[in-house]
Amino acid sequence: MRVGGANRLRRDAIALAIVTVGYAGFAATVHNSYYQLMLTLVPIWAVLGLSWNMMSGMSGLVSFGHASFFGIGAYVVTLALVYWHLTPWLGIPLGMVAGAVAAVLIGLPTFRLRGHYFALSMLAYPLALLYVMEYLGFQEVPLPMHRDHPALFLQFVDPLPTTLVALGVFVLAMIAGMLVENTRFGLALLAIRQNELAAEAAGLDTWKWKMRALIGSGAIAAAAGGLYACVLLVVTPDSVFGVIVSAQALVVTLFGGVATVWGPVIGAAILIPLAETLNAKLGNIVPGIQGVVYGVAIIAIMLASPEGLFWTIRDRFFRAAPAAPMPAPGSLRIAPGTGTLLAVSGLSKSFGGLRAVQDVSFSVQAGEILGIIGPNGAGKTTLFNLLNGVLAADTGSAKLDGQELRGRKVHAISRLGVGRTFQVVRSFPRLPVLDNVIVGAYGAGTDDDAAAATAAAALEAVGLADRARLPAGQLTNKELRLMELARALAGSPRLLLLDETLAGLGRDECDAVLDVLRRLRAQGMTIVIIEHTMHAMLRLADRFVVLDHGRVLAEGPPRAVIEDKAVIEAYLGSKFLARQNA
Amino acid sequence: MLNAVAAGLIIGCLYGLMCIGLGLIFGIMKIVNFAQGELLMLGMYVSVYLVGGFAAIGIFGPIVAPFVAAVLAGPVLFGGGMLLHRFLLSRVSGLTTAARLDQGAFGQLIVTLGISLILQNGGLIVFGSTPQSVLTPLSARAFILGPFPGDALLFLNQARVFACVVAILVAVALWLVMERTRLGKALRAAADNPVAATYMGIDVDRAYRIAFGLGAGITAIAGGLMATYLSFTPFVGLDYVIIMYSGVVLGGMGSILGAFWGGLTVGFVQQVSALVLPPQLQNAAIFVVFLLIVGLRPQGLFGRSAERA
Repeated sequence: MRVGGANRLRRDAIALAIVTVGYAGFAATVHNSYYQLMLTLVPIWAVLGLSWNMMSGMSGLVSFGHASFFGIGAYVVTLALVYWHLTPWLGIPLGMVAGAVAAVLIGLPTFRLRGHYFALSMLAYPLALLYVMEYLGFQEVPLPMHRDHPALFLQFVDPLPTTLVALGVFVLAMIAGMLVENTRFGLALLAIRQNELAAEAAGLDTWKWKMRALIGSGAIAAAAGGLYACVLLVVTPDSVFGVIVSAQALVVTLFGGVATVWGPVIGAAILIPLAETLNAKLGNIVPGIQGVVYGVAIIAIMLASPEGLFWTIRDRFFRAAPAAPMPAPGSLRIAPGTGTLLAVSGLSKSFGGLRAVQDVSFSVQAGEILGIIGPNGAGKTTLFNLLNGVLAADTGSAKLDGQELRGRKVHAISRLGVGRTFQVVRSFPRLPVLDNVIVGAYGAGTDDDAAAATAAAALEAVGLADRARLPAGQLTNKELRLMELARALAGSPRLLLLDETLAGLGRDECDAVLDVLRRLRAQGMTIVIIEHTMHAMLRLADRFVVLDHGRVLAEGPPRAVIEDKAVIEAYLGSKFLARQNA
Repeated sequence: MLNAVAAGLIIGCLYGLMCIGLGLIFGIMKIVNFAQGELLMLGMYVSVYLVGGFAAIGIFGPIVAPFVAAVLAGPVLFGGGMLLHRFLLSRVSGLTTAARLDQGAFGQLIVTLGISLILQNGGLIVFGSTPQSVLTPLSARAFILGPFPGDALLFLNQARVFACVVAILVAVALWLVMERTRLGKALRAAADNPVAATYMGIDVDRAYRIAFGLGAGITAIAGGLMATYLSFTPFVGLDYVIIMYSGVVLGGMGSILGAFWGGLTVGFVQQVSALVLPPQLQNAAIFVVFLLIVGLRPQGLFGRSAERA
């Protein structure tokens, strides 16, 4: 459970119970079968919305293709009933398995893509499936009738029980969604949405989390599709694989609010009856007017509430939930090592003709602070990117305590004990500072309580304990830099790579950060820091490595290095040197 | 065989033009516009009405009129697109939402979906559901070339050939605008880095408005040209919006030439696959090729990708 997750879960569970009972009670009073059908469809589309939210709403990877899973569920249930006389009670779980398998097959190639490319590629799968189904001759498959066993085959004469079954599936999907939201699963997905590289650098295997989310999402969407087939008693490729289905998943969720289980519920509860009623009342008078009204409605509400109704209502009418109590700080694990911690030899990287890092070799002793300096474009950040796996080196090696770092992924290197901060701070702006740091502790694989305790200790170590509950987006530049440092510390690193941690700080702020770093060294932390602020570096670093044009230009104690002629020339140019000497 | 290849290339050029329109919007504004298919549809109807108007006042004659109408559909939709952007899209895109998480992408999706619904169903009310087309005497005429080795004759529908020529001319003109003029530079700068472009004195909001207008106009021209050989209803956009996105993603975002080649590829695959696949699977073939290319080259055939850590 995440920090505060247990409370939120309890509150949401109570709300869910009230909504469910109220809905069932209301449905029992409706005798018109057309309205009852509407009441059955609301939970079904809400389930599809919940499925979409689990993947796209939480992780930010928008999918335009959730109809794939919906359609697979619908066809599995239908075909199993046609060919094997399998009851939907088993057909739906079977469809969910098929949906999960489809998620793996779709995720494997598609997770290589990002942003819009991912979203649009997802669109291709249901359309391809649609044409394949037509080709296979499944243009219109009616479900065989088994009126003698209504409960066994979900073919009730009275529509109310169908509504209750749909409501039951909805409750299960809600519970699944709430569990995801309130555990490290949800935190991982939110972190991925807000900054995928930062999540990866904090040690989260983002690929694995995304895949899990897609599998869960695929199974739930398939359940919605299977149920849909049972309600309509006929499936056609267009009705279950069509673009409209994928759009419906997206619309109910975005309309209601993303990244909360209540979003799809609100969206489905308003939009489905609206669309159906418009269809029935206006569609007969002027064909097309219902679509126009529906379109105007969703645009109007979106302009008034761009983040979705749930968030707008919550911000306007409810005070924020009381913040969870701050966990008791545990202790930071800093293991002072001995000897050579990091040995880099012959590391090179080229971008086309530009040799950004050329044959760089140096070593870092345990417990020291090594400063990497050099003019802009010298290859300092590229060197860090090679060390922590953001980029793959062309040649050379980098060994942490004898273990080769080259060829490992970013999160794996983080787990080996390399913490990293970025030149431009990469935070998760919507998450509280504490959660930002907890992501780092989760990355190291600690359990929930230990992660919270470690994160609290890390915040204390950098002096941000009193900021723990603010969203990271509200911090000052200095606080953000310290928070990023705390996130790295929470992963119990053996080596910290700090990329221009002091950039843009005033003199006092700079001193405060220097104090934090010195304290960490006193506790035995090993640090490699890139920095331009020379006066600060002279006070902090034990040793300098100077990079210029991707090569190591000089190496040694700070004073010796800054008096080195080659270094002065690299920084200030040969003319300056000539004038000095004159 | 030969006929399929030729038809693929000709249809491909029209698809290419259609994709350029979307590519402008997608590439410059980074907006996923679901209403692009409806802009195509509007282009077709504007063209129909213009041809009707030309016939009424007796200018251009039956052969030239459809092509003039198609080209004129461009400016009409250019204006329409600018208005759409000014009153709807600018509120959920561009600098207003640049600072928001996801850059406001979720809001854009809903708004363009809404526009698409309104145009489709509004089209149904205004234009009716009877399939329409722009008839020209050329539609029933063909150039016959050959015989080629193996005694093959090549039949080319004249309406399509002229449509294809006009499409290429429009594409080249647009390419020149983008590469050679200040406006083109401003659009490309706004695409690359809107914030930096603002600091350089470019009115990014205006640039986006023009980009959206241009995107709408170009797609409308493609629609008008396609209307000469195709019958359509207000729901025709649904069939083509997917093809447009396939083309644009294939070509790589933000590249005019890329979008054209992407569209060409899609048209080509669609026509040529008819030789080996049953008709139902023709469109499935597009998506398979699409997934293959995107899988092999995630940045698209002509795209670049770079992220700085």
